[in-house]
Amino acid sequence: MLNPVAFNDGEVGRVEVKNTTCYMCACRCGIRVTLRDGEVRHIEGNPEHPLNQGVICAKGASGIMKQYSPARLTKPLLRRPNARRGESDFEPISWERAFEIMEERLSHLRETDPKKFAIFTGRDQMQALTGMFAKQFGTPNYAAHGGFCSVNMAAGMIYTIGGSFWEFGGPDLDRAKLFVMIGTAEDHHSNPMKIALSKFKRRGGRFISINPVRTGYSAIADEWVPIRPGTDGALFLAIIHELISQGLYDREFLVNYTNAAELIDLDESSDDYGMFIRTSKPVEEGCFDPQNKLWWDRKTNGPVNVRCEGCDPFLLGEYEVDGKPVKTAFQLLKERVDEYTPEWAEGITGIPADTIRRLAHEMGVTARDQKIELPIQWTDVWGREHQSVKGGPVAFHAMRGLAAHSNGFQTIRAMSVLMSLLNTIDTPGGFRHKAPFPRPIPPCPKPPNSADDVQPNTPLNGMPLGWPADPNDLFVDDDGEALRLDKAFSWEYPLSVHGLMHNAITNAWRGDRYKIDTLLLFMANMAWNSSMNTDKVREMLTDTDEEGEYRIPFIIVCDAFQSETVAFADLVLPDTTYLERHDAMSMLDRPISEFDGPVDSVRIPVLPPKGDCKPFQDVLVELGSRLKLPAFVNEDGSRKFRDYPDFIVNFETSPGSGIGFLSGWRGKGGEKFLKGEPNPRQWEMYAKNNCVFHYELPKSYQYMRNWNKGYLEWARAHGMTRYAEPINVHIYSEVLQKFRLAAQGRRPGRQPPERLRKRLAMYMDPLPFYHETLESNLVDTREFPLNAVTQRPMAMYHSWDSQNAWLRQIHTYNYLYMSPRLGEAQGFDDGDWVWVESPHGKVRCMARFSESVEPGTVWTWNAIGKAAGAWGLSPKANESQKGFLLNHVISEELPPCEAGEHMSNSDPVTGQAAWYDVRVKVYKADENGPQQSFPQFKPQRRVPGQDGRRGRWQAYFAGMFRRKFGID
Amino acid sequence: MTQLALVIDLNVCVGCHACVTSCKEWNTSGWAGPMVDQRPYDADPMGTFFNRVQTFEVGEFPNTETVHFPKSCLHCEEPPCVPVCPTGASYKREDNGVVLVDYDKCIGCKYCSWACPYGVRELDGMQKVMKKCTLCIDRITDESKPESERKPACVLACPTSARLFGDVHDPDSEVSVMIREEGGFQLMPEWGTQPSNHYLPRRKTRIQIFEDELERVDNPLDKEHPLPAATGDTLDDVTF
Repeated sequence: MLNPVAFNDGEVGRVEVKNTTCYMCACRCGIRVTLRDGEVRHIEGNPEHPLNQGVICAKGASGIMKQYSPARLTKPLLRRPNARRGESDFEPISWERAFEIMEERLSHLRETDPKKFAIFTGRDQMQALTGMFAKQFGTPNYAAHGGFCSVNMAAGMIYTIGGSFWEFGGPDLDRAKLFVMIGTAEDHHSNPMKIALSKFKRRGGRFISINPVRTGYSAIADEWVPIRPGTDGALFLAIIHELISQGLYDREFLVNYTNAAELIDLDESSDDYGMFIRTSKPVEEGCFDPQNKLWWDRKTNGPVNVRCEGCDPFLLGEYEVDGKPVKTAFQLLKERVDEYTPEWAEGITGIPADTIRRLAHEMGVTARDQKIELPIQWTDVWGREHQSVKGGPVAFHAMRGLAAHSNGFQTIRAMSVLMSLLNTIDTPGGFRHKAPFPRPIPPCPKPPNSADDVQPNTPLNGMPLGWPADPNDLFVDDDGEALRLDKAFSWEYPLSVHGLMHNAITNAWRGDRYKIDTLLLFMANMAWNSSMNTDKVREMLTDTDEEGEYRIPFIIVCDAFQSETVAFADLVLPDTTYLERHDAMSMLDRPISEFDGPVDSVRIPVLPPKGDCKPFQDVLVELGSRLKLPAFVNEDGSRKFRDYPDFIVNFETSPGSGIGFLSGWRGKGGEKFLKGEPNPRQWEMYAKNNCVFHYELPKSYQYMRNWNKGYLEWARAHGMTRYAEPINVHIYSEVLQKFRLAAQGRRPGRQPPERLRKRLAMYMDPLPFYHETLESNLVDTREFPLNAVTQRPMAMYHSWDSQNAWLRQIHTYNYLYMSPRLGEAQGFDDGDWVWVESPHGKVRCMARFSESVEPGTVWTWNAIGKAAGAWGLSPKANESQKGFLLNHVISEELPPCEAGEHMSNSDPVTGQAAWYDVRVKVYKADENGPQQSFPQFKPQRRVPGQDGRRGRWQAYFAGMFRRKFGID
Repeated sequence: MTQLALVIDLNVCVGCHACVTSCKEWNTSGWAGPMVDQRPYDADPMGTFFNRVQTFEVGEFPNTETVHFPKSCLHCEEPPCVPVCPTGASYKREDNGVVLVDYDKCIGCKYCSWACPYGVRELDGMQKVMKKCTLCIDRITDESKPESERKPACVLACPTSARLFGDVHDPDSEVSVMIREEGGFQLMPEWGTQPSNHYLPRRKTRIQIFEDELERVDNPLDKEHPLPAATGDTLDDVTF
């Protein structure tokens, strides 16, 4: 063998090095791809990229095996005329034919009834484009995956503090002293969280993890606090109880930057019961959150305008204004948490009361006594100058563990209130925003609000997804019933700001509200891990009516890989991989901003598309042009954009707005940013700059942005926000109270259907509260005593990576993890086959005993189990034979209840899918039964255009691989 | 003499497997490649990895620790795999102490893997030769790369920088300082193999709250009570 020192890798073959952005998960790290003779030699983290600073994760470093996966689709496919849907019997067709089919079908729908076209997308990163396409088409039936992901996190936090975790903000671990991670499932955020966590620990920070399961990040926590799933709200409220009773809250922050001291009308006879007392002071025009409210002044012992010069309000107390009884918002919060003692929470969460008290003291004392004060001058929106920014160095991070419960919205409200009590909102060492957040509470875009907003041949009047501020913003008919297929923005789930994709198929199948014609699914595995009640959903996709027609007449699936859902398509569109396409991680969507300023980024192809693959963005631009959607054509009807890269450069939100998909290098010569004319060389400039644009704000604009005059005016001037008004924290939510008043029949205007009044009055509570999950109240929790949840492994992203020869060796199949005590009680052993059964169904899987799990919880890795034959795997692959999908035991609908026969199994406020509410029992499977997971499905056939079988051995060596294995 | 090695910090390793696949990605197309996969898309896939992460639990609920434990060749100072090799294929480099296998000399007899107490050698079932971690010898000695990139792929990839790389014989190197100051330890030193790779243990940060820290004169609750106005007699009224 050659001496390795003499060996020079760069001299083996022809080498090229190109930068782009990873897409092995949703993190969007910068990557540097080295090619050897046109094949990927290796993919490294780009050291010059702000997000990942050179590191890469297990998924990112396995991109090669995604690129050359045998699951790749390479040709447009049409279901054969006599083939049954679901049987994967396709014929390859040309793109021209595929476009003709879509053009004919969709133009008819647009001319007649645009809402019969529904477009739902998965974990894509182009919601700005897909959402715009839906709006231009004129259909309200659009959503991305947010409703079944973490919309509770987005809505709960944005409706409280004007920002939320992950893309829009996060924990400032550079300066935090105490970090509390609660309810994360190990994804979101990936590399940036790992980088920050390691630095934080090495600096001596204290890391507490609160989670039913100790894996991943929790493994390195200084303290693990096991908690029962779905009870996090009780924990937060008990901590708030302790902080208030000890006086461990930041009075100055609450008074100045929240509505805690503001007076609330408690006149039982008033239409404004529970609303803030408003003065006659004129409301500034266009103001979203008028500040014409009252404090009760300590000095004069009377009502005064909020934030009046020299005033100092009581935070607590009850008073009278014009003969009306009033209380401060903080008084109501204090009364609310009076009963939420640590002892009360112990019985619910399983966490000892002393531990809860200690957690509260650690948070409160750290925030108070280790306060960080940075010598950064800034001016607040009221014109007051500050010589420093101050914050309690207690940082939180949370995600799906809180969100995926039907009490998640109020739990996350409670967390946001807790974060506010500690003065951690956009402060050093606390929570920090990322542009374009903070945004008004709630943000400005609104959904359509009447049936008239949907018209043939007309763009939708309103945004398909928006932020309701009161009942007038709901998208309901005259009876108060839903107008969207998924029933988002209806009285059933008023603040469903990301839609309810998890109910779209069931509703379409049932014709609930109305029948649709065409369902377009992009990158969403709705026939498997992205649906609850998976086996029934698969039946719905193939079910026919009395005339033998499919209940969902036409299904288009666009994906790069042979997912389970592809089998259910009538038309399959082969997407490219991330290494083969342009992409914009846009400020109009979910950019990769940092705490210190806006950042957006792009993908630039490093390889040509395989076979006939076409980027979905190009498909949309082509379709938009053919259908003559206004944004895609000139006034004379001629095509406006050549392709997606051309669209990205030249599209503006309105003619001359200067705002487009990318914020860097705008202006004719690339001299402007955020706002500016289109720059024909914008892609080149991104390419030269590591595919990323990063604008670092001046230090004085980097903190307290909800109230930072300089920042807000800068953001307004650069088109990031409409108003430069204060974004005060909603400790008390008047938005929720408006819906509650309507439900109670105390507010004129739109009224909810009778069946929903009680539900709305209960859950649209203006103050956070704890309630058991909806399903727990409707099923027998004695028969089904366990909670079942899923965790996301760090080496797999949802269902994406079983096709990946390297990653699937890390997670080939999954076990159900549980306390050994459970096995002892039920008479089974570690490794035995067991049934996990819920009121909705059962799954056979293998048990694995673990001491790292709360004893009332069982859990598994998400989406490792696959349907036989899918994802380019052999039907004998472990993923389908030993792996399992927990989704089969989770229902997309609640058992019939007072609120309706078919209510979604979701949060009653936001429609967030309540994945983690499911209750189960576990018992030994028949030893003589099949040693195989259940349910099993008829193996999915490979489709035309997939690579042939690779055989027994695969040896990847860049530069020789495709030739050796006879791959195109 | 230089002895290159890894120091792996178990205090920050979250078990993400970045080291596992970045290693495979670099080495499969490099000097030590390919790293083959058996049954890559079928039942029981099994491929060659130079580096694997094992996860285990310590203790009983609720006092459980979950430990992620990355494991690869430890590049022993006294490598038992070398003297047992009948063909001289297994060798330790004199210039930097890296233990390597010359595939051209290897006959796949597996003596070395039996001799290795750490189980870090993997027989390539297709090529029938023994393979193992090379510390990315073809990267770390490649002078055409900038110095910042002359590190093993796993070290560059590791998102928590749990993997440190350097000369454990140089007392001033980062790795030597960490071993000395952060409680670095070797695996099974009783075998006399003198593994060059070291591990750093878990370290815990705790906060102690004293009772008097909960009672402060500036407790904001005090501001919520109006100062009581005098009612009834005061000394002012009744004393001369």
